Amino acid sequence: MFKITTEVITGAEVREAVAAPDAGAVVLFLGTVRNNTDGRPVTCLEYEAYPPMAEKKMAEIAEEIAQKWGIHRIAMIHRTGKLDIGQVSVAVAVASPHRKDGFAACEYAMNRLKQIVPIWKREVWADGEAEWVKPDAVFFDTPTQRT
Amino acid sequence: MNVTVKYFAVCHEILDRSEEEMQLPEGSTVKTILERLEEEWPEIAEFYEVMQMSVNWEYATEHTALAEGDEVALIPPVTGGRDV
Repeated sequence: MFKITTEVITGAEVREAVAAPDAGAVVLFLGTVRNNTDGRPVTCLEYEAYPPMAEKKMAEIAEEIAQKWGIHRIAMIHRTGKLDIGQVSVAVAVASPHRKDGFAACEYAMNRLKQIVPIWKREVWADGEAEWVKPDAVFFDTPTQRT
Repeated sequence: MNVTVKYFAVCHEILDRSEEEMQLPEGSTVKTILERLEEEWPEIAEFYEVMQMSVNWEYATEHTALAEGDEVALIPPVTGGRDV
């Protein structure tokens, strides 16, 4: 399952998507909306995505994980639209025979998701201002920089 | 040829539209689109340093050749690596 959705994410959808009898571990990551950025109060977040490309890139990340760890049960879902504090914006589940690889693969999936999956976040501040989140160093490391 | 160009996040905001059809001469590349946008929005050149482009859901460079019916997108920096 690689999906962009406007529906509420609970985590159960990705956990169920990776269930397998030979799995000894399921690592589940939930990204939630934080009430501040570097101390500045945030009211809510707005996410926008390019769904067909985002889902394609998620599938590519799963392929990278299959190559690196031999893990084939990965699911990723990201929500778009306006999200309130505490709501889940992204969920990643990885099922693996042993937990060590599962933890590593799940962290890798989130790092890659933030590098190559076209999803944008707009922070709405408590003082009424709002802005699209700017790039950081990680972005400049992505391999497909304009030449 | 006709292509669809999509704009997201800050690009959508600045250009005030989320997508448009563009008629381009044969032999056009992604750069043809960027140059056309630069005429309308000169400041976009600054964004080019940090922005990526895609053609048919795959990252592309300004040299990528275009064909009839292609879907091109301007991809501003994605959400970044330190949050969540």
